[in-house]
Amino acid sequence: MLMKPRVMSLVIFTGVAGWIVAPGAGDPVLAFAALLAIACGAGAAGALNMWFDADIDAQMRRTKNRPVPSGRVSAEEALTLGVWVSVLSVAVMALAGGALAAGLLAFTILFYILVYTMWLKRRTPHNIVIGGLAGALPPAVAWAAKTGGLTIDPLILVAIIFIWTPPHFWALSLYQKGDYATAGVPMLPVTHGAAETRRQILWYSMALVPLALTPALTGLGGLVYLGVSAALGALFLLLAFKVAGSRAGDGDVVGQVDLYAVAAGGKAARNLFAFSIGYLFCLFAALIMERLAGVHWVVDWQALLAFGATQ
Amino acid sequence: MSVGRDIRPEDVIPLTAEQAAARRKRNIMLALLLAGLMVLIFLISLTQMKAGLFQRPL
Repeated sequence: MLMKPRVMSLVIFTGVAGWIVAPGAGDPVLAFAALLAIACGAGAAGALNMWFDADIDAQMRRTKNRPVPSGRVSAEEALTLGVWVSVLSVAVMALAGGALAAGLLAFTILFYILVYTMWLKRRTPHNIVIGGLAGALPPAVAWAAKTGGLTIDPLILVAIIFIWTPPHFWALSLYQKGDYATAGVPMLPVTHGAAETRRQILWYSMALVPLALTPALTGLGGLVYLGVSAALGALFLLLAFKVAGSRAGDGDVVGQVDLYAVAAGGKAARNLFAFSIGYLFCLFAALIMERLAGVHWVVDWQALLAFGATQ
Repeated sequence: MSVGRDIRPEDVIPLTAEQAAARRKRNIMLALLLAGLMVLIFLISLTQMKAGLFQRPL
C-alpha cells in the first residue's frame, strides 16, 4: 500500500514495453535488474509522496486509509523507506543500465517528489499536467537502460503517457471533486469549474488520439498497433465527447471511498476514467505483442505515398 | 553527554510480545532484502563482465 501498487503496475508495464520495443537483444538479467530498479524507484517515489502528503490524504475519503494517515506506518518510516529505496534503485540502475538510465530514473523520482508533490500539487491546477512527466518517463528509462541512448521513439511513448495523464486524472477529479476541495488541492474542477474541466478533457483527448497513432508512422508500431490505436482512439474520443456533453462534476460531488463509485451525473467521467486505463494498457500491450508474437508488420508509408502519387 | 553506556535497565521500555515479533519480522525482511541485493549486484556484474572477459586477448 505504501508504495502505490496500482501506479507501480502501470509504471512497470510501460517500462517493460520500453525495454521490449527498444532495439537489440538485451540480456535477461539486465532486463530484470533494470525493470526492478524502475519498479522500486516508482514505489519509493510513492512512499515519499505519502510521507509528504499525509495531511491531505487524511482529508480525502479515497486516500484516508493509506498507511500513513491511517497510522499503520509512521511518516518517518515512510520517509526512510522512500529515501533508501530511491538511492538503491538508482544505484542498481547505474550498474545494470548505465549512467543515462540511472540519471533519468533519479530525475523521475526527484521530479515526482520535488516538482509535483512538494511544489505544484498544492499550488496550481497544472499540477498533474506538468507532474505527469514523472509517470511518463519509465519507457524512456527502460529504453536508455537497454540501448545506452535515446531516440525519437521512446520520446513518443513518453509524450503519449504525458498527454494521456490530464484527461485520465481530470475525469477522476470530476467525480471526486468534493474531496479535492475539502483537502485544498487545486484540481482543475475546483479552481476553474466542471465545465472548463470537461472542455480541457476533450482538448487533451483530441491531441492524444492522433499522437497515439504516431508510433505506426515511425515504425515503432506496426499494423496491429495501428489498428488497436485507431479503434480504441475513436472510442476514447467518443467517451471524451460524452463527458464534454455531460454534467459530470456539476454541483457538490462528494468524494467516494471506492475509486469507481460515482454520484448521479458523473457516470460519463467515470466511464472515461476507467476506459483511459484500458486504453493505455492496450496501446502498450499491442507494441509488446507485435514483438513477442512476431507480427511487427511495419507500414511502408513512403511506398504508399509514392504509390498514391503515381495514381 | 554520554550515550549507550549509561543506560540503566529501568530506563528501557520493554517490548510487548507483539512488538518484538514485528521487529523480528522486519529484521528478517531486511536481511532477505540485503541478501537479494547482493545476489542481484553479483549477477549484474557477471553479466556486464562476461563479454569483456571472454573477448580479452590472452
